Amino acid sequence: MSVLVYAEHDNASLKGVTLNTVAAAQAIGGDITVLVAGAGCGAVAEEAAKIAGVAKVLVADDAAYEHQLAENVADLVAEVGKGYSHILAPATTSGKNFLPRVAALLDVQMVSEISAVVNATTFQRPIYAGNAIATVESSQETNVLTVRGTSFDPVAAEGGSAEVENLSVSKDAGVSSFVGEELAKSDRPELTAAKVVISGGRGMQNGDNFEMLYKVADKLGAAVGASRAAVDAGFVPNDMQVGQTGKIVAPQLYVAVGISGAIQHLAGMKDSKVIVAINKDEEAPIFQVADYGLVADLFEAVPELEKLV
Amino acid sequence: MKVLVAVKRVVDYNVKVRVAADHSGVDLTNVKMAMNPFCEIAVEEAVRLKEKGVATEIVAVAVGPKEAQEQIRTALALGADRGILVEAADVQPLGVAKLLKAIVDEEKPELVILGKQAIDGDNNQTGQMLAALTGMGQGTFASEVNVADGSVKVTREIDGGLQTVDLKLPAVVTTDLRLNEPRYASLPNIMKAKKKPLDMKSPGDFGVDVTPLVKTVKVEPPAERQAGIKVADVAELVDKLKNEAKVI
Ligand SMILES: Cc1cc2nc3c(=O)[nH]c(=O)nc-3n(C[C@H](O)[C@H](O)[C@H](O)COP(=O)(O)OP(=O)(O)OC[C@H]3O[C@@H](n4cnc5c(N)ncnc54)[C@H](O)[C@@H]3O)c2cc1C
Ligand SMILES: Cc1cc2nc3c(=O)[nH]c(=O)nc-3n(C[C@H](O)[C@H](O)[C@H](O)COP(=O)(O)OP(=O)(O)OC[C@H]3O[C@@H](n4cnc5c(N)ncnc54)[C@H](O)[C@@H]3O)c2cc1C
Repeated sequence: MSVLVYAEHDNASLKGVTLNTVAAAQAIGGDITVLVAGAGCGAVAEEAAKIAGVAKVLVADDAAYEHQLAENVADLVAEVGKGYSHILAPATTSGKNFLPRVAALLDVQMVSEISAVVNATTFQRPIYAGNAIATVESSQETNVLTVRGTSFDPVAAEGGSAEVENLSVSKDAGVSSFVGEELAKSDRPELTAAKVVISGGRGMQNGDNFEMLYKVADKLGAAVGASRAAVDAGFVPNDMQVGQTGKIVAPQLYVAVGISGAIQHLAGMKDSKVIVAINKDEEAPIFQVADYGLVADLFEAVPELEKLV
Repeated sequence: MKVLVAVKRVVDYNVKVRVAADHSGVDLTNVKMAMNPFCEIAVEEAVRLKEKGVATEIVAVAVGPKEAQEQIRTALALGADRGILVEAADVQPLGVAKLLKAIVDEEKPELVILGKQAIDGDNNQTGQMLAALTGMGQGTFASEVNVADGSVKVTREIDGGLQTVDLKLPAVVTTDLRLNEPRYASLPNIMKAKKKPLDMKSPGDFGVDVTPLVKTVKVEPPAERQAGIKVADVAELVDKLKNEAKVI
């Protein structure tokens, strides 16, 4: 068996979720190769070579891969990935974008967002917003999988000394081009990797009131998330949405403020270790999954919380 | 410009599904079914393109059981011009993408709009696979779509924020939640939709093999979380978090 893991990065540094994906590769077994595709991504390749358990790093450094355009990346991964028994990518918006394209190019049915490895060909994945867990078997020539990062503990970032090989492939599929991006800038930890997450819902009433959550977050070193209702209402940007169709988080502590607890929201946070709910409606479904529930007006409770933590 | 939209029949998003007692799947007997919410957004976007004079014809396609005619009729009531149902059960995304590719080859649309994910399988694959099979560019997780001069600019919701790409037409777009707010079908339009053409097909008509490649071994309920306790005030909450749960 041989596993190809696609590294997630921003051309400057490796994203932590790559380490969780390597952990899934280890659970599958066999030699692990990491593919770094980007532009000016030499530092990322060096980082990847140090990951514990990685045998080899392949680097495709070319302008065609700078913005991770799915059309270009998929052609590369389908080409490079042919000899491997498994191709893995993190289930981020990047992995979800290009990996199904790779699978179709290889005429393979992909398995999305695995949450556990049973054996090299059998995997678990949540379906129906996490209301059911399917065990699926994929014994295709190449098994193409995205990996839910929060379900696998990351491997050590240091300790390995993999050989680095530069690939001389460069292909621009010629059907898409990058126009621009607006990336959220924040000094807070990344939502999917944070140990503590505080999320606000429709109950926050407006974007300015999220300041209350930012203050608590900064005292706890927490990331701030939101429900879909809060994003749809324009309180906060889309990258903060937690849930079935947003980000999946599983921190040590998740605090839901003014969030009712719809199944689509729960799908994104119910694997958190400890859940706290602050809601003025004692019947809110969020209390059914909360370890600690506080029935209170958030406009009184949150400022007090900020003082006491 | 012709636009193809894919609409999938799924369990209504308000239904909390239960795993079947024999663990073969989920129990869908007497459960309310509906159009996948992301597909409603896809139909709405196509209809808006038609209202702007960009699209000239909208073809709604579903792969599913005979009952999926209901979802095609819904799309027709919302403004699609005609429908195609490929009757087949439990087709996996690669199979759906192959059927859509065969239809794209016949219909030659300039734009294909799909949902980013179906809320039953939660796969998030079909649009990307269709783009691969047709060699088209893909604008997934779209929150804004602008067609002009033989290309389409798509703003995409990504983990770090928003990204905009430019795709040559024909292209594939998959919808995210913020692309638009779908309208409701009016009664007169529901009546009119009954008269619009709906073609029934089978995978064999397209020579596509839709045998599943991934086998479902079993389906189980997730580990249940127990409800915890209610605390009286913020002071008690902070005390519990510090001294009992030890998470802050
Ligand atoms: C296809 C689809 C996908 C979806 N994906 C997601 C997703 O990924 N993530 C997601 O979150 N949702 C998702 N949803 C939406 C989901 O169904 C709910 O609509 C949404 O989660 C509700 O957000 P909310 O809890 O903030 O709002 P509400 O349900 O309106 O709840 C607001 C809560 O705030 C409380 N409140 C109000 N004022 C105060 C106050 N002063 N003090 C204390 N409490 C107060 C209220 O009691 C109430 O419980 C999706 C829906 C669909 C159809
Ligand atoms: C255990 C289990 C049991 C299942 N049981 C059933 C069942 O009884 N009945 C059933 O129908 N499915 C069932 N499925 C689901 C079925 O296998 C998946 O729906 C299929 O794999 C497609 O995945 P998806 O819809 O999540 O695709 P996604 O890639 O998430 O879909 C994205 C978009 O592609 C388009 N699309 C996808 N499929 C279709 C389609 N069929 N027609 C038109 N457009 C489409 C839509 O625009 C959709 O928004 C089951 C799945 C599992 C795991």
